[in-house]
Amino acid sequence: MNTTKFKIAVLLIAVMTIGFSFTTINKVTVKGSDTMVILSQKWAEVYMKKNPGASIQVTGGGSGVGLAALINGSTDIANSSRPIKASEIEKLKARYNSMGVEIPCAKDGLSVYLNKANPVTSLTLKQIGQIFAGKITNWNEVGGPDAPIKLYGRESSSGTFGFFKDNVVRTDFSPSCQTLPGTAAIVNAVKKDKFSIGYGGAAYAEGVKDCAVKKDDKSPGILPTAATIKNHTYPISRYLYMYLKSKPTGEAKAFIDWILSSEGQTLIAEVGYYPLK
Amino acid sequence: MDSKLFPKTKTFTEESLKKQFRISEFLAEKIISSVAFLSIAVIFLIFIFVFKESLPLFSSGADSKALTEAEAKTNKPESYGATAEELKPETYGAETEELKPETYGSESVSNDDLKPESYGDAPKEDLTVPSTDETMDAVSQNQEGEDKTWSTFFTTEWVPVSDNPRFGLLGLLIGTLKVTIIAMLIAGPLAVLAALYTSCFASKRVKEIIKPVIEMLAAFPSVVIGFFALMVLASFFQDVFGYDSRLNAFIGGVAMALAAIPIIYTISEDALAAVPKTYTEASLALGASKWQTAFFVILPAATPGIFAALLLGIGRVFGETMIALMATGNAALVSANPFESVRTFAATIGSEMAETVFGETHYSVLFFIGSLLFIFSFALNAVAEFYVKGKLLKKFQGK
Repeated sequence: MNTTKFKIAVLLIAVMTIGFSFTTINKVTVKGSDTMVILSQKWAEVYMKKNPGASIQVTGGGSGVGLAALINGSTDIANSSRPIKASEIEKLKARYNSMGVEIPCAKDGLSVYLNKANPVTSLTLKQIGQIFAGKITNWNEVGGPDAPIKLYGRESSSGTFGFFKDNVVRTDFSPSCQTLPGTAAIVNAVKKDKFSIGYGGAAYAEGVKDCAVKKDDKSPGILPTAATIKNHTYPISRYLYMYLKSKPTGEAKAFIDWILSSEGQTLIAEVGYYPLK
Repeated sequence: MDSKLFPKTKTFTEESLKKQFRISEFLAEKIISSVAFLSIAVIFLIFIFVFKESLPLFSSGADSKALTEAEAKTNKPESYGATAEELKPETYGAETEELKPETYGSESVSNDDLKPESYGDAPKEDLTVPSTDETMDAVSQNQEGEDKTWSTFFTTEWVPVSDNPRFGLLGLLIGTLKVTIIAMLIAGPLAVLAALYTSCFASKRVKEIIKPVIEMLAAFPSVVIGFFALMVLASFFQDVFGYDSRLNAFIGGVAMALAAIPIIYTISEDALAAVPKTYTEASLALGASKWQTAFFVILPAATPGIFAALLLGIGRVFGETMIALMATGNAALVSANPFESVRTFAATIGSEMAETVFGETHYSVLFFIGSLLFIFSFALNAVAEFYVKGKLLKKFQGK
């Protein structure tokens, strides 16, 4: 009788120690932007290799999904390819009495994709906006051949959609803009469709032509390259953000500090985005 | 009977026997019936949930939401600057503000200037912004109430993320019906004829090859079919027909036909196989050819089953999300041209549900679409059940 009780006690202690040891591992969850998921995974992978005690869990889902998870308390860090919305800050404030912490962690250029066979090579910001708003519908209005423009864009849950809408189009997208799931699908569509135009991360532009973007009629067209995005001469560039509820502590702080250090920043270029400096 | 199975002895009275049997039967009966009722209850609960989430549309609850949005404008998140400043000597905050696309023209671009318009083959009058929206442009977004949301339901523009959101369900409905009709025009004849071939003409060997192969099509995840349509079918059919828009209702219909064929085929095949052999034999004995027997005897006799198969196929196409999302182009255009992009109900839910805010109008509208889909599939099943089983079956049995 005594021995069985002793055995049970030992077993319980063993189970509890194992369980406790799992909880003491510093687990940081990162959730959000699909644009950033590869970058985030790279960071997590390298960081965990350097710090065997740490555990970083990265999932995608979209900028809004990440921020919603941050508000609901189901993630520590929310990745976002767009700045946080006022309504989301309002919710954070209502729930945690904090406005959230914004950490720009990389730069990205939004490229306007054109088919390689399209003779048009540069457009002004205004023209791009009007094209996507449905105001300009034929290539001959912007110095191209007489052919209707096919628009490809992202679905409205995408952070890239939101950024492009707020900063370039500035009004509603044309109803004839075809929305595709994912930047890769847009690149593929533009690659196959001669008179089409699309937008997405500069890193994705394979098999298509980047459109040189002019700030206005007089300024020169600027291609999205590492140099122009980094020194901010390319007009459509944005920050990629990490959001937290409050100032980071513990493992999350160590992870973020490492990302912002030169070591973390050098990894950004490997994935195809641009470091802060 | 009783005396044969259970010889009456003193140890087993009828009472005791009854009781023993009752307990095991009782348990089995209860378990089975509770499982059945549970599934009914779950379906019912899902329906209640979906409908409940769309309820805010029917009552005016938009005021509080609008209020919080108006208030929130002033807030900004604090930035975590300490390490960032070490990293970069330049001021950190300043650069964040700089890195925005340049504005063109004056800051306040008037909406009259950049009004969405149609192009291409779409009839223009259908797609221009209705004049009511112009007035909505002028008023602030706080004014957006339940009655205005309702009035936009019957327009053709689907612009849920906007300063003045417009939820034109008409465009989505037309798109959904267009894709469904195209898919059924392709899948229906193909699947029924394939079923007729395997059940009436094919040798046993051929049948054993064809049937599993077609049914294997049902095992393909719809993502795979959608991807196939996006990458291969779209380019192929564009080369063949030479239309403008690469992703359109036709491509979506073709891809959805691939998803619907196995369902229609399997059920039609079962219905054809269930036609009594005596019909065939009688027809052949009267001197009809194999071909005449198949088309004029077996096919009409199996009509109720084939009709049910087609209805199930329509249900599958109507609710198909992934293929619609990838292959139809997702632009809610209203035109009779089958080679124009469309947006379907299910794809709209699939692409937009991820980021809607709980309780928002957009969220409610998506759930409203969900309940529309539910009601539609319910009606379709009801038709299949009552009309086919009741009337068609009696008609063909000569009663």
